[in-house]
Amino acid sequence: MTENAHATVTPSGIEIDLSQVPAPVAAAIDTLDAERAPQIAVDLGLTLDEYETVKATLGGREASLTELYVYSLMWSEHCSYKHSKRQLRRFPSEGPDVMQGPGENAGVIRVGDGWAVAFKMESHNHPSAIEPFQGAATGVGGIVRDIFTMGARPIASLDSLRFGMLDKARQRYLFEGSVEGIGSYGNCLGIPTVGGEVYFDEAYEGNCLINAMCVGVMREEDLTRAVGSGPGNPVVLLGSTTGRDGIGGASTLASQEFDEAAENKRPAVQVGDPFTEKLLIEVCLELLQRGGFVALGDLGAAGLTSSASEMASRGGVGIDLDVRKVPAREDGMRPFEVMVSESQERMLGVVTPENLDDVMATCERWGVRCAVIGSITDTGRFVVHDGDLPAGQDIVADMPAALLADAAPVYDPAFRRPAYLDEVAEYNPYHLLLESTVVDLSAVLLTMLASPNVCSRRWIWEQYDHQVQSGTVVLPGADAAVVRVGLPGRGAVTNRGIALASDCNGRYCYLDPYVGAQIALAEASRNVSCVGARPAAITDCLNFGNPEKPEVFYMFKEAVRGLSDACKVMGVPVVSGNVSLYNESFSQPIHPTPVVGMVGIIDSLDEVCTASFKQAGDTIILVGETHDELGGSEYLKHVHDVTAGTIPRLDLGLEMDVQSTVRDAVRMHLLSSAHDCSDGGLAVALAESCISGHLGCEVALDDGLEPVASLFSETQSRILVSLSDDKVEEFEKLVGKHAVPWSVLGTVGGERIGIEGKVDVGLGEAAHIFDVTLEDLVNQVD
Amino acid sequence: MAATSAATATAVAPSVSVTTRRPRFGVVSFPGSNCEQDAVNALRFIGYSAEFVWHRSTSLDGFDAIVLPGGFSYGDYLRCGAIARFSPVMEAVIAFADAGGPVIGFCNGFQVLTEAHLLPGCLIRNENLHFICKSVVLRVEDSTCEWVDLAPGTVTSLPVAHNEGNYTCDEATLARLRANHQVVLRYCEPDGSTALGGSAPNGATDDIAGICNEAGNVFGLMPHPERVTDGVNGQTQGAAFFTAIARRIERGVAR
Repeated sequence: MTENAHATVTPSGIEIDLSQVPAPVAAAIDTLDAERAPQIAVDLGLTLDEYETVKATLGGREASLTELYVYSLMWSEHCSYKHSKRQLRRFPSEGPDVMQGPGENAGVIRVGDGWAVAFKMESHNHPSAIEPFQGAATGVGGIVRDIFTMGARPIASLDSLRFGMLDKARQRYLFEGSVEGIGSYGNCLGIPTVGGEVYFDEAYEGNCLINAMCVGVMREEDLTRAVGSGPGNPVVLLGSTTGRDGIGGASTLASQEFDEAAENKRPAVQVGDPFTEKLLIEVCLELLQRGGFVALGDLGAAGLTSSASEMASRGGVGIDLDVRKVPAREDGMRPFEVMVSESQERMLGVVTPENLDDVMATCERWGVRCAVIGSITDTGRFVVHDGDLPAGQDIVADMPAALLADAAPVYDPAFRRPAYLDEVAEYNPYHLLLESTVVDLSAVLLTMLASPNVCSRRWIWEQYDHQVQSGTVVLPGADAAVVRVGLPGRGAVTNRGIALASDCNGRYCYLDPYVGAQIALAEASRNVSCVGARPAAITDCLNFGNPEKPEVFYMFKEAVRGLSDACKVMGVPVVSGNVSLYNESFSQPIHPTPVVGMVGIIDSLDEVCTASFKQAGDTIILVGETHDELGGSEYLKHVHDVTAGTIPRLDLGLEMDVQSTVRDAVRMHLLSSAHDCSDGGLAVALAESCISGHLGCEVALDDGLEPVASLFSETQSRILVSLSDDKVEEFEKLVGKHAVPWSVLGTVGGERIGIEGKVDVGLGEAAHIFDVTLEDLVNQVD
Repeated sequence: MAATSAATATAVAPSVSVTTRRPRFGVVSFPGSNCEQDAVNALRFIGYSAEFVWHRSTSLDGFDAIVLPGGFSYGDYLRCGAIARFSPVMEAVIAFADAGGPVIGFCNGFQVLTEAHLLPGCLIRNENLHFICKSVVLRVEDSTCEWVDLAPGTVTSLPVAHNEGNYTCDEATLARLRANHQVVLRYCEPDGSTALGGSAPNGATDDIAGICNEAGNVFGLMPHPERVTDGVNGQTQGAAFFTAIARRIERGVAR
């Protein structure tokens, strides 16, 4: 394949400039024989073409066993994003507030007055589907490490969860276990879990989704990157010992579909130790604060392998490690086992020789294990030694560090529009509208409030410590959580805040991936706008099925295109993210679920609004207007068990106008409440504002629609607000200025939720159903 | 159940470093503590001096009162607080308490105080076997506790966040706690009554949320007053759990 003396194109299409490949360090290396090597490569998940590329990066020789493990992990879908990389380049990732975009452990944005926040969302779907408690717990642990690695103190977590319906015992086990796992880990760390969302749908029965987002705060000057530098600098490993747990977790679990043998993969799920992680947070932040590290990175998927090679390749340096200097949890671990172990709660640091004593002493003081396991070199090679072997024969891997990261194959998978999209789009719920004149709509509203996708999430967030760190301004259950910006431990408390929300309606994305993904952004943005925050940036977690199936890849491509187009229009950069593919069981993919995690900025915590009605007599106004858009709605799904139809349209211009109207109104202290209309439509939004405010309402909906559409249509770009009479005139002027449609619906007060001619429900009854549904579903007996 | 609906922030003042000599609070940091920064911040917000005390410290010289904060000391993988009580600092805390020095422990701190036998009874797993984080309604009892600045019978609310807050003791201990006026706080209904079968969210014996020792200088409670002191979520009622002891210290009563 060699085209000239200096360049080669590998079978998997990677161009390698041989003159740029740093020379090997090892005089000789114990390679696999030419017959066995390709077989083992295939067993480890590489294709034969990919193995040929491996050989090309190694100068044409066969790989050693350790090298083969390292390459197979680095080039797994989970670590290399080989199927998704080209699509992800669509995302806008720059903006005036962005300090660090994708490519690091987390994205970082400025939030004003010299403060910055680091945030990222990551999936732990596959481990959680096998062992929900530890899977979810270690998911939290992993994302938290990504945040403090950047120099930020983690101040909030959110979790975006998807399960099958809770009438199945297995789903209850997964749901309960995941919630308990998230709680047990996050509570112990003292990081408040302030928000997130959960949906239940048959589509997630075989593959639950556990997406964890963490947000950390720092001063701008504290930003640290995982870029190795300074040949001769010691490389240290902090935290837990390294064992055989979690070997190949990310590669074997997260890069394949599930089948009957899934239970046998349980040993590939790691076990969490939040106490050690808590100590790691404190010791790392203390050391970063006084410049103790040249670079710091966490050990996540593919363990030491990925952390060390990425650190070296980012810095354009080499790295030498000795597996026998890695504190081992068990005897007789082979070099490749040490390199690929996914034992949790470990951090890799580069320190200067002068700082080494301080690092060791600080770790000792906190009771954190710290070992020098190697050093940064100028060879450009990632070299692994086995100190048990005689000198001169001790090198078990000798790889070009940059190529290991950069020469990973990139694919353009085939795609094909799924035939079902046309079928579902043809569905017209019109006949249901006609039926609605005879049904009892009060009963339907109560039924909707008892939908697992609508009812109160209290049962979940009461198990999460959502107030530790004493910075939670708006508690869970609101449109978005609000957290105070500051570092109280360093005596710095501010009056600035950030608003956090995560959103994605997978059913919309299943019916229309382009618009569905845009709605995820619009809704997250609307949620932070409702509390008064300016949408600043997002992280995303793209959960899809097997990308090697053309129909699945079409959905992925369309969702990415939709989300990136919407981000560009709304001026919201994507600063970090994660892709989780192969979410399939028995060949059934999940609903496409591109979850958006949004950070909004609040300049003054005196200007914050919540969803609950505050005082009787307030005027209720709908900003935006309702159309006949029941396609894909929660009403269709929950009441009629139909997932079909055309999902609501999204006019991004109108969306932005509605949001800025409400943000301005919050800033001007005009509003008593603001609440997004989403799942379940206007009727559910009204009920939620009533229930959380312990106040009823009397409204009339004169939208000319059939009653069911009027109540439950999920038209986008609508926000329900309430305000006292003396503020209505000023609000009218503001809405006029923004030229958005609006209407007065009625007034707050009384003990009933009254919608003229349609609904009359006692507040107590509605509140009770809304409150107890989730707990009852969890506690049901088969 | 108390309303847990979201509230907006009102007064949020920057924490300032206070130069006042007294009272000076020491807030112990065990490995795994995670409310020590909140406690220091709350105390400084009220205007007191507050410093961290490392768990390996053996001296509490210069402190007027000691706070054992919440969290998961040593991960609480064993019984909560069971390892922390063997920290070097605990010998000093016991000596400090024995000499009449005021000590407060909330949440994990309360658990550590019972493990150290500075307070009777123990905190076992919540009755529903779940972690519970919410605002609870509490009634201030007529007790000998020197820490609380609220009249007996006052109904207030504080957040709780614990997995093991189910206060348990034997009959004789309970009788002594009652007779000696050592029950400081009880979980209750919004009107101050206690429900038939109990108002405690965690199953606590006799709805007990907080107790003190016979002398009244050592106080343990499951709720978190430090979380509702600086007004971050519109609430400041937690300050009343620190101001009374500070006044005593200023008057020179405590030690």
